Amino acid sequence: MTLALDSMPLGKPLRQEASRDDLVKRGFMVVIGLYLIVALGAPLFVMLSKSLSTYRFDLTAFEFQVSDDTGGNWSAPVTAADLNARLNAVADVDLTTNSDGRLAVTKFFPDFKFRSPVHYRLRATGEGASYLVGTQLQKGSDWQDYDSGTFRRIVLRPSRGLGLENFKSYFSTPALARSIYNSILMASISTVITVAVAFALAYALTRSRMPLKGLFRGVLTVPILVPSLLPGIALVYLFGNQGIFQLWLLGHSIYGPIGIVIGSVFFTLPHAFLIILTALSVADARHYEAAASLKSSAWRTFRTVTVPGARYGLVSAAFVVFTLVITDFGLPKVIGGQYGMLAVDIYKQVIGQQNFEMGAVVSVILLVPAVLAFWVDRRMQKRQVALLSARAVPYAPKPNRRFDALCFAFCCLVAVFILGMIAMCQLAALVKFWPYDMTLTTRNFAFDLMDGGGWAAYSNSIKLALLTALFGSLVVFAGAYMVEKADGFRTGRSIFHFLAMMPMAVPGMVLGLAYIFFFNNPANPLHSIYGTMTILVVCTVTHFYTVAHLTALTALKQMDPEFESVAASLKQPFHRLFFRVTVPVCLPAILNIAIYLFVNAMTTVSAVVFLYSTETKLASVAVLNMDDAGDIAPAAAMGMMIFYTNVAAKLIHALIARGLLARTQAWR
Amino acid sequence: MRHALSVEPAPPTRPQPAETAPAYLDVSGLWKSYGDFVALRDISLSIRKGEFVCFLGPSGCGKTTLLRAIAGLDLQSRGAIVQGGRDISTLPAARRDYGIVFQSYALFPNLTIEQNIAFGLENTGRPRAEIAARVAELLDLVGLAAQAKKYPAQLSGGQQQRIALARAIAISPGLLLLDEPLSALDAKVRVHLRHEIKALQRKLGVTTIMVTHDQEEALAMADRIVVMNHGVIEQVGTPTEIYRHPKTLFVADFIGETNQFPARVTEGGAVEIGHSAFLCQTDGFAAGATATAVVRPVDIIPHGADLHAGMAAEKPTTPQNVIDAQVVEMEFLGMFWRTRLTAPRFGDRVLVADFSVNAVRRLRIEIGGAIQVEIPQERLLLFPRSA
Repeated sequence: MTLALDSMPLGKPLRQEASRDDLVKRGFMVVIGLYLIVALGAPLFVMLSKSLSTYRFDLTAFEFQVSDDTGGNWSAPVTAADLNARLNAVADVDLTTNSDGRLAVTKFFPDFKFRSPVHYRLRATGEGASYLVGTQLQKGSDWQDYDSGTFRRIVLRPSRGLGLENFKSYFSTPALARSIYNSILMASISTVITVAVAFALAYALTRSRMPLKGLFRGVLTVPILVPSLLPGIALVYLFGNQGIFQLWLLGHSIYGPIGIVIGSVFFTLPHAFLIILTALSVADARHYEAAASLKSSAWRTFRTVTVPGARYGLVSAAFVVFTLVITDFGLPKVIGGQYGMLAVDIYKQVIGQQNFEMGAVVSVILLVPAVLAFWVDRRMQKRQVALLSARAVPYAPKPNRRFDALCFAFCCLVAVFILGMIAMCQLAALVKFWPYDMTLTTRNFAFDLMDGGGWAAYSNSIKLALLTALFGSLVVFAGAYMVEKADGFRTGRSIFHFLAMMPMAVPGMVLGLAYIFFFNNPANPLHSIYGTMTILVVCTVTHFYTVAHLTALTALKQMDPEFESVAASLKQPFHRLFFRVTVPVCLPAILNIAIYLFVNAMTTVSAVVFLYSTETKLASVAVLNMDDAGDIAPAAAMGMMIFYTNVAAKLIHALIARGLLARTQAWR
Repeated sequence: MRHALSVEPAPPTRPQPAETAPAYLDVSGLWKSYGDFVALRDISLSIRKGEFVCFLGPSGCGKTTLLRAIAGLDLQSRGAIVQGGRDISTLPAARRDYGIVFQSYALFPNLTIEQNIAFGLENTGRPRAEIAARVAELLDLVGLAAQAKKYPAQLSGGQQQRIALARAIAISPGLLLLDEPLSALDAKVRVHLRHEIKALQRKLGVTTIMVTHDQEEALAMADRIVVMNHGVIEQVGTPTEIYRHPKTLFVADFIGETNQFPARVTEGGAVEIGHSAFLCQTDGFAAGATATAVVRPVDIIPHGADLHAGMAAEKPTTPQNVIDAQVVEMEFLGMFWRTRLTAPRFGDRVLVADFSVNAVRRLRIEIGGAIQVEIPQERLLLFPRSA
């Protein structure tokens, strides 16, 4: 035995020589990391700084000189501030403006006459002070000489500052500030209802012996296939002013909180249902047997075994629903009436009033609950331990006629609710003029006769969905592979993982607005993608990145961690392992990512509504715009087109999966 | 309780790599630390060409860390590794020369057995026919030619293990690394495979390092065993050396069973245990020093109720080391009886002895009976008392 030293000799720790594989992997990670920074980090940062940007005319920064009638004999220089103090031409509050603010210089010269021989001199002394001569931007402290004809066309531009003024003015606008309360209230009510219903459904499907479970499972996920606007349209037809069941509301209006809650429950139900279903289906029969052998009552077993087992699922579902509702824009836009919601505020501020700073402020406010929900959910997930040990015995429910019948009845009720909404839209799309002329027609599908983009919008959507599915799956899977399988480079990997998790907390509207700020800046070298299909694809991939990333990560984690070591010992480059083993084994997950991205690209409105151009109008946006224009039936028709497409995509996905898997997954 | 060794390892009749064979793998001054935790502490080791070496130790002793450092999978913090005259200390795994088999086998699930074995051969410029021939040869070698078209999931654990081995040696590596290759298998399959691996290794003559925590496995397979504990090498030696002449108390205790007694070294090559003196090798100990005396249960020789009654198994070699004892407990373990004895000369301490079924029957050893046992002088080992 050698005599061991007590402590490690000093000196630089060894560094492994990087193999070609390492360099390639790092290169890839840097590329995808840069993608996430450009597509997510940088736009959000720009938006944040935008929300803190204030614009104000700095009158002390402009100096004037006036000549006599001969055009000579200049007066002493005087600042605009002095002139204003004397004249009171512009009130102090009007000096605060937005980034587009303009102030005509003639305001400071009450005796200004067009076509007089008098000349004017102007200079901008302050840093960042500038003015426009027509459309020409001028700055600098050199005196510029203008005749009166030109002087008339001069406007001052505000200087940019940093501060919380935008937030102050937001909170001092009662209607806007009230939106916060409204949004939280709606999200909370919808969360409670959705999670309760979803739990009951998942409980029925896992703990009873009722028939047709597979069918219900399918029906309950239908809302994922339609834009969130569609339940709004269905509700208009069902309970609106001309609605079939209008009287059921006892004089209340569907436009407002009631409509928002019903619609929100509709479109968030599948998300909550799937999460809770997963949580409940990992039940260990031995716990139930233990409870039964201890003579525990059914209620006590439910309270002490069932609910605790699913509690992380419940919490997770609650956060997902809350975030979805508070950040959704389509539904309140259609059915919200005058009821202000945060996401709609962003839209109104930006599209309606072109007030980008205020849009940024609402975005930042909307980020708070979403980020909070995300953060709490992540922390809860970390505390979750594997409930299902390897030796668990799957729970098999015993028949109980009364309970099974009850479960079946409840599932039928919910299925009728979901299918009823879809059926209502289908009917609306096919009827000539609701409710006066109920003859069937295909006229509502003649989209080219309406505003909104026509059939071109539909084909654009298909194109977007296909491109998103293709590039999204590639980027996401490659990125997840780097996070999971690249060795070393630990900091880089955790930053990357953090970036990949972030989109979950960023509402679509916020992302879309951030993209405007970032890409619509002529100074940005990527400015050229603004208004193209590319930016829509980038935005959509980024918007739905997290779920896809987690799916890929889960699949990769199931791979033996030593595959890479074996390949290295056999002197095979990692890409050979990647294409021969990793990709084929993960193919089911990759296909799931692709269909997830496809369906969401078809239905999304929130982010792309800010980014489409006349060439890249989208079907989902067309639904919104046609509804806005009062063409509700065509809007329903377009919504149904999205639904058909997604159903078809799902079927094709199932076929491909079956065919491809039979060939590549023979080993399973 | 660890596996008891029923038989002492046989003397080395197996062909050993020549003692003088040049070193093939040289590890010197290797350290590995994770933050404050030191996983490997100044490890130096030399392995000869064609040798089968086992890294043996309890979990967390650093044996796998050492293997992964040699493989280039987890770089050591300090120290050098030279393989076949080439300094590989900081080379990435792909540029070293070894084949590896993991505990999980890490077979590619979507490739057939054939394709798995061929994985390292393809992409190297070898013609297809040559690859096919080599794969067939390897399949024959591990006796699984009939399974060539199957997928790993269709094979048993032992078969998967052999495929992983075939894949690792396909590229004829200079060094074969086995990371607990047998620990996921049933006991019977394990014993069977251990012979197969050993035979294969001898046939190929490939220098092999196997990591294991199973002392029986190490004793049965290794030419030399490296016993590790807490990140240091406790002893390097042949199985018999390790078993018969453990250099430290840890090695004595980890390999096989021991009785341990506090002892004091006296004049004239004896130690005092309890109230009496026993003859033993006291080299390296000064008179009056305290020590731990160790004797293995299998080394205790039973002489029956009365040594002079003519029923003794054999004549005691050291009569001074014969003591009178009382049988307190007997436990039947199949091939032998584990017996607990108390002896007045030992004070209150219990002495565990393993007696063959034969001896128990012949000497009529039974619970409550009196017995004389001998602790042979050369089997009583002394170790410095740990503080």
